[in-house]
Amino acid sequence: MRLPAPNAILGGAIIGIVIICALFGAIWTPFDPLKINFAARLQPPGPVYWLGTDEFGRDVLSRLMTAAATSVWISLLTVTAAITAGTVVGVLTGYLRGWTDRILMAFNDALLAFPGILLALGLLAVIGANKYGIILALGLAYTPSVARVVRGAVLSLREKEFVEASRVMGNSEVFTMARHILPNCIAPLTVLATSMFGWVLLSESALSFLGLGVPPPAPTWGNMLASSRSFIAQAVWLGVFPGLCISLTLLGINLLGDALRDKLDPRMRGV
Amino acid sequence: MVSTELLSVENLRLAVARSGLEVVKGVSFSMARGEIVGIVGESGSGKTLAARAIMSLEPPAIRRTSGSIRFNGQDVAQLSPSALRQLRGANIGMVFQEPMTSLNPSMLIGRQLDEGLALHRKLGPDERRTLILDMLRRVGIKDPEGALGTYPHQFSGGMRQRIMLASVMLLQPALLIADEPTTALDAVVQRDVLELMVELTRAHGTAVLMISHDLSMVARYTDRIIVMCKGEIVEEGATQDLLRQPKHPYTRKLLAAMPRRLPAREIPVSTSPIVEVRNLVVDYKGRQSFFRKEAGKRALHGIDLSIEPREVVALVGGSGSGKTTLGRAIAGLLEPTGGEIRYAGRSIKPGAQGWNDYRLNCQMIFQDPYSSLDPRMTIGSLVREALRQMPQMNSREKTDRVYEVLREVGLNETYADRYPHELSGGQRQRVAIARAVVRRPAFVIADEPVSALDVTVRAQVLDLFADLQERHGFSCLFISHDLGVVEQVADRVIVMQDGRIVEEGDRDRIFDAPQHLYTRRLLSAIPALETTAAGGVRLKWRFDEDPQIQTAAHA
Repeated sequence: MRLPAPNAILGGAIIGIVIICALFGAIWTPFDPLKINFAARLQPPGPVYWLGTDEFGRDVLSRLMTAAATSVWISLLTVTAAITAGTVVGVLTGYLRGWTDRILMAFNDALLAFPGILLALGLLAVIGANKYGIILALGLAYTPSVARVVRGAVLSLREKEFVEASRVMGNSEVFTMARHILPNCIAPLTVLATSMFGWVLLSESALSFLGLGVPPPAPTWGNMLASSRSFIAQAVWLGVFPGLCISLTLLGINLLGDALRDKLDPRMRGV
Repeated sequence: MVSTELLSVENLRLAVARSGLEVVKGVSFSMARGEIVGIVGESGSGKTLAARAIMSLEPPAIRRTSGSIRFNGQDVAQLSPSALRQLRGANIGMVFQEPMTSLNPSMLIGRQLDEGLALHRKLGPDERRTLILDMLRRVGIKDPEGALGTYPHQFSGGMRQRIMLASVMLLQPALLIADEPTTALDAVVQRDVLELMVELTRAHGTAVLMISHDLSMVARYTDRIIVMCKGEIVEEGATQDLLRQPKHPYTRKLLAAMPRRLPAREIPVSTSPIVEVRNLVVDYKGRQSFFRKEAGKRALHGIDLSIEPREVVALVGGSGSGKTTLGRAIAGLLEPTGGEIRYAGRSIKPGAQGWNDYRLNCQMIFQDPYSSLDPRMTIGSLVREALRQMPQMNSREKTDRVYEVLREVGLNETYADRYPHELSGGQRQRVAIARAVVRRPAFVIADEPVSALDVTVRAQVLDLFADLQERHGFSCLFISHDLGVVEQVADRVIVMQDGRIVEEGDRDRIFDAPQHLYTRRLLSAIPALETTAAGGVRLKWRFDEDPQIQTAAHA
């Protein structure tokens, strides 16, 4: 057994730390993330408050740990929802073609023509700003692009002779889709899912930034970044640490996604 | 004084830069002006790399470790990049294998032809245009003026290869390297293009280095043949001598692998055919969208055929003749517009009674072993999948059957856990055959099963196929454009052209006394073999003198 690639180790380590922090943050944080303490307003990072405090004297480290759980959870659920829905639509339209394809894809293209964030904004205005509202809105906003990518992959796969061979063997359409089409879509899907995880994290931050995300005082990386804006001159750490969290998580996800894609492809094994 | 030697390659060694693995091991040969030389070898023999090295066009991963290449007395390795560019195109031209991708699809034919001329010759636009039109006329383009303003996709593969040839020959190079120039083309078109190539190069005194895996094709047009195997030249000699008296065992193996006719088989007379097709019509629908419907195309015009039990029926024809469509329609992969398919005396249709029985008894072998096996499944599960619809077998029996059939096709049980990409092309096609026969079908459709394989591998796979057919007694519809292969395997031959059957008969009758002009043209593209005492062969070309064939070829 060879050691995994250095990229995979680095990516795995980053994601591991984020997950541990998120889990740990649910049980214990150095300070209460919501406790207001005006005596300790805008403290710079130091021995007591490792990453400093914000404008209400709340500990930044504690808030980041709590926010990790919220942000990662929201992104994960959103990506899962979008990938599942998009794959179903993509495989059905790409494999069955005909009217199924035309109707679903016309609808899909209409959604795609909307900027994702605008669509999410509109939906949130209707559903109301909360955690599950965000997941639903962002999930819906990202589904069309998944459907497009999967459909493209399926269109080329269905012309492959092994798909015809499956039909000749007497397999049903559903079995062919599940056994031959879907597994061969995994490579583009992992790449898409990992980069989408990043977009969702950013979109969630953007929505929180606009005040349509998870409502305060509950922290997310996005709304922490948003509220740091007015203090950027006096307290630079308020913006830097949430920003670093977002960037590092994205980096980790992308590295891990690359490694995962190679791992899942039998052609890349043992070469 | 001008020497007669045009090219000399001495002790050329090429290696993979990263691993140091040697792929061309000390190759030396020379060519005289105007000479036509063939390099024959199977995939991996290093023939293409050696030829590319002549133009310093080896891929970046390959490094030249030693050897010298002298072209016109100049050492190619010493040339500056700009002198090299002068050499390419102006002095050495190259025709590639794939006419579909060797022309830029987004560039007008006229501009593509003009590109080389403008670069290498100091001529005005009008002079260039005259030259181009003249050359297009010579390669047989009917409306040269019109062709200048068209795109490559508007031409067929054969026509594109003619245009490619025209663009290379416009510069009148001293050497033309043709790398498998006609492998992607039909037998008939192949002959036309090659004949044109020889004619053009003769007229200009251009030497030709013809690279191919097809010994008989090369033998027809070359003065001298070089046989390569695993990076080395194993034999070299004048074409006729090499064929008649091959010295090296590998050359003998190549010659022995050429398909040849076996004595006709006795097929027990049966009372009823196993598969019958009556008046089958298939239309391809035109492009459809919300707003318009384009006219479709009729691919099959009322086909009738029947296949007896244990019989191998070959379906031959050029591309676009509808042979693959017919095979797919019989396999149930596309729905016929009209007509009837009968299996064991019963009319069958998807969903109707008896369809499932037919589905289980009619299997298919596909052309491309690289795309017919799901890359994400192991060999064992690929073959086993064919047994999924057999509830009467339990899991153990299925596993046993899979191992048994893997042994039958010459792969042992250890292959069951491997993935397709770990296997060679020939091994993959064995897996595809195993998958088709594992269910013991009564009828197998084989669509160009060996055309993607190397010559010696092809011979092995054909033997295997004949052996399995003999043992299990399935009937077979063997679809192929290669009459050589058909001559070896078929009991009966059906010739198709433009969606219609033009001739049908026993193999010996078709090959010895063809009636239809199209059949004769097809046959004129392949040699008849006569084995010589020295273990070599004598090639005899059919209908070489037939004036009808000659005019058709030059039309």
